[in-house]
Amino acid sequence: MAERTVDARGSFCPGPLMELIANMKSMQVGDTLELLSTDAGSAKDVPEWVHKVGHEMVDTNQDSEGTFHIRVRKAK
Amino acid sequence: MRILVVGGGMGGTIFANHLARRIHHEMKTGKARITMLSASHEHVYQPGWLYVAMGRATPDELVREQQSLLEPGIEFHVDPVEEFHLAHNHVKCKSGKVHEYDLIVISTGSRPMPENIPGLKENSVNCYTAENAVEYYKQLSEFKGGRIVVTVGLPHKCPMIPLEVTFAMYDFIKDRGLLDKTEFYYTYPIGRVHSLENVAKWAAPEFDAKGIKYETLFNMKEVDGKNAKVISEEGSEVAYDLLVAVPPHKGQEVIEKNGLGENGWIPTNRHSLHMEGEHGKNVIVLGDTTNLPISKAGSTAHFEAETAAENVAAVVKMGRPVKSYDGKVFCFIEAGKDRATYAMFNYQNPPQPKAPTGAVHAFKMAYNKLYWATARGLL
Repeated sequence: MAERTVDARGSFCPGPLMELIANMKSMQVGDTLELLSTDAGSAKDVPEWVHKVGHEMVDTNQDSEGTFHIRVRKAK
Repeated sequence: MRILVVGGGMGGTIFANHLARRIHHEMKTGKARITMLSASHEHVYQPGWLYVAMGRATPDELVREQQSLLEPGIEFHVDPVEEFHLAHNHVKCKSGKVHEYDLIVISTGSRPMPENIPGLKENSVNCYTAENAVEYYKQLSEFKGGRIVVTVGLPHKCPMIPLEVTFAMYDFIKDRGLLDKTEFYYTYPIGRVHSLENVAKWAAPEFDAKGIKYETLFNMKEVDGKNAKVISEEGSEVAYDLLVAVPPHKGQEVIEKNGLGENGWIPTNRHSLHMEGEHGKNVIVLGDTTNLPISKAGSTAHFEAETAAENVAAVVKMGRPVKSYDGKVFCFIEAGKDRATYAMFNYQNPPQPKAPTGAVHAFKMAYNKLYWATARGLL
């Protein structure tokens, strides 16, 4: 299973969730993606989309510099 | 220094012209040389396809001969690159000719891929090529009423297009007296009507005031042309009479084939604009070709190209770059046939769009003509 990181820090447009969705399309089922985001909204809107589509949230952490690390697994 | 520019779109052209003007003396004395390789002899102002789709421009207005836009001294060849040999500082073109360089700038752009969504290409219109924009206008002008659905794939070029086509079509239908027979249904991939939060805060009330319906968290999975409905990954279905697509995009095939970046997007340093990795020291990437998390838009290519040109000129003249790209993007947003606003932002500062005005629209219409000065590196 592959892992990839998408660095969406400082992204207003297209924005972290759009980056995540675009990358998920080219991943294989079971692959994991770590999204780096400085947008506090990502911690809420990424899980909302992931649950709606049926992928899996792995975990969410915020580092000492304020960056959110959101890990998602492609499930379908 | 031999500088090789691959791509004759906005990024490559603005870069080459800005640089040529800055290193005019070095080019004359043979200290520096700029060569551009492109797949086409034409330069296209792609934002103009929106106006073609609305019957407000014709395709020929949006095209110039590439050679005519370039500063004297820039060597130009219509000969697309097929092989990048970055470890050996040369490329091989379709003709078989090999071009060596000391610095290469890759600005090959992106391409719409409606075929990546089952059923989308055959059952929708879009304004991403001349042919598609003309077909879009044909179907829109023959539209007699029903439901117009806007559907958006990721990633896509020009983040403002979903809103712009919706507002433009609203005025088009209104002018033809078909508003009472038409329903507009806008869909968008994330949980608001635009990626930029402040733009979404402006656009949603505009939709509400016009009676434009919208569904968010809607990512196209497939289009069922037989039953005229688009199906989302989130599980919903929307029926359409006219389906307007913002198709998903990919970078150019040659980028993928040469292993420079997945889906044709090259990993790029967000400040220096150099390619990441061991061979990136003398490779600059511009515009849609980067994998940067910013808008794929001509404006992005424009500001990146200016920064890169200033840096390369400084390297030629004094051995060191002088600027860092700050993520600057400036996008007009057409809010119908006679009003517009804009969004300007960078890595640190989100946009604060104002209410649309006729004056900004007039400026956008003027810029559509002034663009050729931008391409020449004058504006």
